[in-house]
Amino acid sequence: MDQLDLARIQFASTSIYHFFFVPVTIGLAILVAILHTRWHRSGDPELRRLTRFFGTLMLISISVGAVTGLVQEFQFGMDWSAYSRFVGDVFGAPLAMEGLAAFFLESTFLGLWLFGWNVLPRGVHLFTAWMIPLGACLSALFIIAANSWMQNPRGYTINPDNGRAQLTDIGQVFSNPVFLWGYTHVLLVALIFGGAVLLSVSAWHVRRGNHAPLFRGTAKLGLFVLAVASVLQFPVGGRLGINETNYQPMKIAAAEANWTTCQPCSFSVIQIGGYNQDETPTKIIEIPHLLSILATGTWDGQVQGLSELNTQYNQQYGPGYYVPNVFVQYWSMRAMAYLAVLGFVMGIWGAILLWRRKFEKSRFFLWACTWLILTPFVMATAGWLLTESGRQPWIVQGLMLTSTGLSGSGSAAEVAISLGLVVVLYSTIGVIAAILMVRHARRGLLDEPASSPESTTTGPSVPSLTY
Amino acid sequence: MTLSIVWFVIVAFFWTGFFVLEGFDFGVGALHKLVGRTDVERRVAINTIGPVWDGNEVWLIVAGAAMFAAFPPWYATWFSALYLALWALLAALIIRGVSFEFRGKFDGTAWRSTWSWTLTIGSVLAPLLIGVGLGDLLVGLPIDADGNFTGTLLDILTPYGLWVGITVLALCLWHGATFLSIRSTGIVLKRSVSLKRSLSIPASLLVIGFGVWTYLVARPGVGGTIALAVPVLATLVAFALVRSEPGAGRAFAATAVAIGGTVAAVFANLYPAVLVSTTDDAYTLTVANSTASSYSLTVMTIVAAVLVPLVLAYQGWTYYVFRARVKGPATPPIAEQAPTG
Repeated sequence: MDQLDLARIQFASTSIYHFFFVPVTIGLAILVAILHTRWHRSGDPELRRLTRFFGTLMLISISVGAVTGLVQEFQFGMDWSAYSRFVGDVFGAPLAMEGLAAFFLESTFLGLWLFGWNVLPRGVHLFTAWMIPLGACLSALFIIAANSWMQNPRGYTINPDNGRAQLTDIGQVFSNPVFLWGYTHVLLVALIFGGAVLLSVSAWHVRRGNHAPLFRGTAKLGLFVLAVASVLQFPVGGRLGINETNYQPMKIAAAEANWTTCQPCSFSVIQIGGYNQDETPTKIIEIPHLLSILATGTWDGQVQGLSELNTQYNQQYGPGYYVPNVFVQYWSMRAMAYLAVLGFVMGIWGAILLWRRKFEKSRFFLWACTWLILTPFVMATAGWLLTESGRQPWIVQGLMLTSTGLSGSGSAAEVAISLGLVVVLYSTIGVIAAILMVRHARRGLLDEPASSPESTTTGPSVPSLTY
Repeated sequence: MTLSIVWFVIVAFFWTGFFVLEGFDFGVGALHKLVGRTDVERRVAINTIGPVWDGNEVWLIVAGAAMFAAFPPWYATWFSALYLALWALLAALIIRGVSFEFRGKFDGTAWRSTWSWTLTIGSVLAPLLIGVGLGDLLVGLPIDADGNFTGTLLDILTPYGLWVGITVLALCLWHGATFLSIRSTGIVLKRSVSLKRSLSIPASLLVIGFGVWTYLVARPGVGGTIALAVPVLATLVAFALVRSEPGAGRAFAATAVAIGGTVAAVFANLYPAVLVSTTDDAYTLTVANSTASSYSLTVMTIVAAVLVPLVLAYQGWTYYVFRARVKGPATPPIAEQAPTG
């Protein structure tokens, strides 16, 4: 493997890993703020315990998410310096805005919330609880805006003197349809993660009868959020498909392993083979017209094939092979879509059980809910593979190839050393974080200190020993 | 062109602010095993920075992102040149960052000791490595016409860069000790007072050496010389103040100026260059040849003008909220759950 392959593996693996903790954080931050609000309204000390219980899971997630986010921020310059020089004028702006608008907000208010129990007035403390998800959501907003520019560059010109991209219209960057729908998609992903964590942990306790009334409430909340967000992903995913047809036709053609232009196009539910041009696939199940609907929003829409697109790109951009990895595209799209159906099915199942008042008694359902937590991680991985591997061989669609974005200095050996470091470090802290989260989750609600002073006295109180 | 200078100042401001704030976090992290012998004492030390360290670290991210947005070639060349050193920095910041959260989540001697060590090592390595990188900007790196680094790992470890790294590290430790002496109580306070006194000697010598060496490297005019005089004078003031008992707050202010002034002096003496090329003067990156477009800088200036005052206001408020000294609990807590009431 050369420097390019290693740098790509490094970027892909660190991004996917980082994005395990990001949506858990955003999703839990929103749900913890909801629980905090409920406590604030009712004054019920049991709700306060629940808030802090799920808050601790959020904190562990944030700590790993924050330190791995730093790696993402630095990696553009370290491994992709040619890319950074080329796009910095456009791409740097949303990144700097992310730091100023989002990271400061999230981290500062996290400290205030965590250490603010019994220190801040209750209303102010509730305010700090909501600033955390606001910061986290803003952070995703800016980074998805930057990423969307790589998928569909707009609002720029190429400077004739240095050949670099130059920002001409920031409004175009933030009104990019790839961004608008991509960001909606990411927020729903975060809600799926948050809902799944809440449901998984709560179902585990309900099954064991620990604090059943409390955990039944959070199980219902988690299930509701998970199911609704899963359902909403389908129309949003549809919009993303149409975006791909408009701006990155290679991506959607690869996701369907669609080599020749078709009209109308059927959707391949499952097939074996057909991932290379000269391979005839065994299509096991097909749904007529569905691909036309997904890709174009019309019953009989035309979807271009990979071979035709490649010929067209050769004329447009010069000789080369512009087809992304079809196997990865085909299966990551399906992993995501089919697992989202599972989230929806669980929602229906839970609703039926609730209606028949058997929610707490159906041990199999509760068991399934606990293990359902694994699915968002698979979906998020698949989603990143679909969208970023599908962009290949471009680093910026139509403007710069990934191979030319690589740093002009460094060597394969150096990247290999850093990749080794990343693997060791990330696996270690990932395993530890997972163990700490599972351990905390299984232990359930902890007893509050006997004297739980809810005083909102003025003047500085003594900060508690929190860490 | 004017906006480019504004953004050079903003970048320098974020690096300076980062060291003023995260400087004492690094110091507290590096010293917490010395000022605290028992677990509770160590937790008192860690909790003095508990609510603020995460927000302080964002200054580093924003400093990097501001370079990316305002001077893309500077960000690209410097970050790729320092490749392995930056990965070591990231590793240090990762093990340090998770230490805060992981340490308290499990009550075992070996566990707590492990995360105390990672906190210490990360807090020592991070300022040292960043200092080396900042020093390299001024003394120069082998950079070719395309802005690519052509040297090896050894070329990054310039003698001047190492001196800046060690100076910054010593200042972080000293700054951490003066911070602990205004935020802690009891035995932790006593030990931090004694540490801030003993650290004052090496830190002062290093800062004076930094001033002389930087003068020789940069051959500055009046402005650069004044910028070098600020940290040296602040260091001497701090040297005097750490010996007087009631002046703890003023001593902290003096070490803040000393560490901030040191970092600011590097940037003041760097201007109008941003990264010197030792290969050929013509390849040196400057504010003028590395700047982003005026449109992009205009957009960023508006964003910064709105957000920076807001950020300063709420971060300042955090320090006001948590201004009380951290006391240990009357009875040792079980500390199983992070937010103890």
